[in-house]
Amino acid sequence: MAEKASVDKRPFIQRWLPHPLLTVVLIVLWMLLLNSFSFGGLVMGTILGVIIPIMTSSFWPERPPVKAYGKAFAYMGLVAWDVVVANLQVARLILFRRSDQLRVRWVTLPLELRSPEAITVLAGTITMTPGTVSCDLSADGRSLLVHCLDAPDAEEAVRQMKVRYEARLKEIFP
Amino acid sequence: MNFLLELLISALIVLGGIFALVGSIGLVKLPDLLTRLHAPTKATTLGVGGALVASMLFFFGIEGTLSIHEVLISVFLFLTAPITAHFIAKAHLHEHVELREDLPPTGREQGWSTFDGLPEAEHKDHV
Repeated sequence: MAEKASVDKRPFIQRWLPHPLLTVVLIVLWMLLLNSFSFGGLVMGTILGVIIPIMTSSFWPERPPVKAYGKAFAYMGLVAWDVVVANLQVARLILFRRSDQLRVRWVTLPLELRSPEAITVLAGTITMTPGTVSCDLSADGRSLLVHCLDAPDAEEAVRQMKVRYEARLKEIFP
Repeated sequence: MNFLLELLISALIVLGGIFALVGSIGLVKLPDLLTRLHAPTKATTLGVGGALVASMLFFFGIEGTLSIHEVLISVFLFLTAPITAHFIAKAHLHEHVELREDLPPTGREQGWSTFDGLPEAEHKDHV
């Protein structure tokens, strides 16, 4: 009863569009999946784009706090470029380095980011980029366990990840 | 013009194939699961990426239609590859508990979440 009252208190827009950005993304995704424009497809996409955020909003009560969209797109470009570089580096390591000469090591990355969305993006980025895979999070969510394929210097590897990705993500997610 | 385009598409497909091959060689050559995990998460993204860009170029340049499915495939690949790798790594840690000694300290009071829970949070649940 009390819960119902609190639900009804929310403004109309927030009740029907808990994640406006997710709605837009879902509509665009649906249109891209169809691969051709049709009015019926747009209607169906809109229906899905409204229903899915409402159905999943109880799992994801807060809106993702993206502040700087321009910087977010710049970040995507940077990561795309780094993925290409990462591919070349890992390919070189695989082909030309004997596996017992790899300096494999674990590294702890202390996190300054706090929002779960930001940490997820950071962990995903680390996995996709040069010679690092994020493997675990500390129980309180303040450190990330990273496995490095070839890191001569642990501190240098951590510093690079912090400067290149975390500093940028801190500007995107306040 | 058409020949150049075909040459470019072929080059992309061959390049993508080479990267996929390197990823597979990595799977065979690297010594244990955690190092093997590096090969498919990276070396193959460019392999698939090359084939996808080639496919887009083919449909755009030769068939004359704009095909956007390829963008979606790469988006889904970028979303799923890190999550898969993360869960494989965690499952590996669960299965080989002796690896726990090799892990660096978290720098926090609590350990890594694969092995440790939050003591206060559990306590609160009981109260």
